[in-house]
Amino acid sequence: MTGTTTPYRSDMRAGRDGFAQLLQAEWTKFRTVRGWVIGMVAAALVMVLLSVLSAAGDRPNCAGRGGCPSIAVGPGGEAVADSYYVVHQPLDGNGTITVRVTSLTGLLPPAGGAFGQPVPPADPLSAGRPGVEPWAKAGLIVAESTKQGSPYAAVMVTGSHGVRMQYNYTHDTAGSPGAVSTRSPRWLRLTRAGDTLTGYDSTDGARWIKIGTALLTGLSTTVQSGLFVTSPQDAQMNQHPFVTEGAVGPTLATGVFDDLSLQGARPPGAWSGDDIGGPEGGYPALAGGFHQTGGSFTVSGSGDIAPQVGGVESVGLTIDYSLAGTFAGLIVVIVLGTLFITAEYRRGLIRATLAASPRRGRVLAAKAIVIGAVTFVTGLAAAAVAVVLGEHVLRANHNYIYPVSTLTELRVIVGSAALLALATIVALALGTVLRRGAATVTTAIVAIVLPYYILVPALPAGAAQWLLRVTPAAAFAIQQTLPQYPQVSNLYTPANGYFPLAPWAGLAVLCAYTALALGLAAFFLRRRDA
Amino acid sequence: MRHALQAEWTSMRGALHAEWTKLRTVASTGWLALAAIALTVALSAVVTAAVNTTTGSHQDITKLSLTGIDLGQAVIAILAVLTITNEYGAGMICVTLAAMPRRPTVLAAKAAIVSGVALAAGAIAVLCCLLVGRIILPANGFTPAHGYALLSLASGPTLRAAAGSVLYLALIALLSLGIATAVRDAATAIGVVLGLLYGFPVLVQLVSDPHWQRRLQQIGPMTAGLAIQATTNPRGLPIAPWAGLGVLAAWAAAALLAGGLLLRLRDA
Repeated sequence: MTGTTTPYRSDMRAGRDGFAQLLQAEWTKFRTVRGWVIGMVAAALVMVLLSVLSAAGDRPNCAGRGGCPSIAVGPGGEAVADSYYVVHQPLDGNGTITVRVTSLTGLLPPAGGAFGQPVPPADPLSAGRPGVEPWAKAGLIVAESTKQGSPYAAVMVTGSHGVRMQYNYTHDTAGSPGAVSTRSPRWLRLTRAGDTLTGYDSTDGARWIKIGTALLTGLSTTVQSGLFVTSPQDAQMNQHPFVTEGAVGPTLATGVFDDLSLQGARPPGAWSGDDIGGPEGGYPALAGGFHQTGGSFTVSGSGDIAPQVGGVESVGLTIDYSLAGTFAGLIVVIVLGTLFITAEYRRGLIRATLAASPRRGRVLAAKAIVIGAVTFVTGLAAAAVAVVLGEHVLRANHNYIYPVSTLTELRVIVGSAALLALATIVALALGTVLRRGAATVTTAIVAIVLPYYILVPALPAGAAQWLLRVTPAAAFAIQQTLPQYPQVSNLYTPANGYFPLAPWAGLAVLCAYTALALGLAAFFLRRRDA
Repeated sequence: MRHALQAEWTSMRGALHAEWTKLRTVASTGWLALAAIALTVALSAVVTAAVNTTTGSHQDITKLSLTGIDLGQAVIAILAVLTITNEYGAGMICVTLAAMPRRPTVLAAKAAIVSGVALAAGAIAVLCCLLVGRIILPANGFTPAHGYALLSLASGPTLRAAAGSVLYLALIALLSLGIATAVRDAATAIGVVLGLLYGFPVLVQLVSDPHWQRRLQQIGPMTAGLAIQATTNPRGLPIAPWAGLGVLAAWAAAALLAGGLLLRLRDA
């Protein structure tokens, strides 16, 4: 054996087996099955239809209180609660206001509302018990005007969060800690220089510590300055197994002030009291008041100066309310994602597919890209229509919808589409591993849909939050629109629309599950015979 | 006349025998039945371990102990769906229909066998759930001293809830079989069944109008059917226990009728 034989080579040009061809093949498979195309359209339709129906069935949640209150909007464009009692005088130009706070007391609603009923707002303090809300506030305020939603800066003592400086509703800076009492009073000072307001506190009236500054751009020359007291509604968690309820009721706080001094130009006049907002001010509040004996002021107020938050007693709805139909869309796309692979196994087409493209990982990738992209585009259209239509119907039914920025609205719509697309890819990957349609669909529905829609409303808040951290259902966080504020006490529970994870972090959890499922699918697709 | 009836019965007996053999000799049947029992009992155990008496009003401990049915029904649904979709998937349906050309007889036999399996698995699951409740609940303070009698089948409402839950699972199996016969594909069928079961409770949460909430609870197969588990506060129920089970039975009958008609009208 001397020479070597040349191995046989076909003269035929090899067919192109690029990734683009694979994608095209998978797209052809999808679009030529009539049932799947109909299913995808149906997914979008049920999503829109259910959203609109649930929006249409909704009655204004403020109907029982003599019409919807007008909800103030703060300088940042967010809905705000702006209800407090203020004892004020106008201030022209720059100036400094100083006061000593010697006491902060209050009244809370009766302990533990009856099971199944929030504490009724009518005269809740007839059986009230003494106590101060942790975020009850008493201190100094400089506000553009006494109109609700106007820009302001304030320094205050609080029920149990020490001295704070807050401005324009969403900003909060901590000052010296500790509660206030006659034995340990607090001196507060607020200085205005142009648009800049600086807050100070002191424990002896001599050594002043700067808390922070607030820049209120465009503040008018004449502003209102004075003492304010307010006390937010009491949010108690009533935990029952499988039922979590919030008992919520308005509270009242009373602050005692003395050594009040206002340095700066001001028109002549006495201190006058005003109940800002009041019971009809868009936030549950009781009537406040003040009386002055010598240099001492006793001011009672109720309400809050803070961003509005969602929850049991919230007056408005969020835009994610009009995406209520997402669950139905999810079930349909999970079935489609499953069929996209299990139908190949059932019909034996998988063998032709793998013979044509022996690199199996690429087949899986092409399938995931095609079904993911189709679902994403469908979901995007459905979510956009659902949000726009749902909002329209809700407004037509006299519901208040919390204003959100266009960016947030966009995030909710795009995120919901991504949620649907990822769920489809998870189903596809699970289908590759399990190869059985029924088992795949059940697993995907139990993992993605069930935790959020069935278990979360039924479980105690702690368990629900845990579920929304670790299960793929964490991705529903992408639909949360109202941010959580540490300086506003509220039941930040999943049932009230607050997720334990940030929106994109929640979606990342589902992405991680998708990656894991795809990894498993690629492994099993390579290791097993088709 | 008598002869015709006898012939009918003979063919039915043959069909029953065939369906039982098909179901019994597939490995997945046993595993699914076992999984249904295990999941039902596991969820009930978790729930009964989590509750305590300090949380307010009088609780329905029978219903609590039977919470596992919410999950176990999904597995029973898979089992029922597979009895028909497996035949379509493997092409076995052609053999079945060639051997037993009377299609309603085939579906009736399948319905009888699959509901029998669901009844058996359901009975075991429900008894285990009640046993678990009887053991765990007193440790959480649900004692006669607090006004909670021990769970016992001797009490009328508990017996009704237990028997009703078993029947509920059988009806879920029939509903699933009917839908699966109509759509012929396992993934689609289970999607439809689970959408139908879990969709109504979700809708109830989404609608804020109490009147519509109640209406939806009355027509939903799961929400109405599970009314059979309630033993306290009968006025708070959206629908009376047996009437609720009747709603589910109507759903199952409608699904079987639709499935049977389509089976008759279409080529396999």
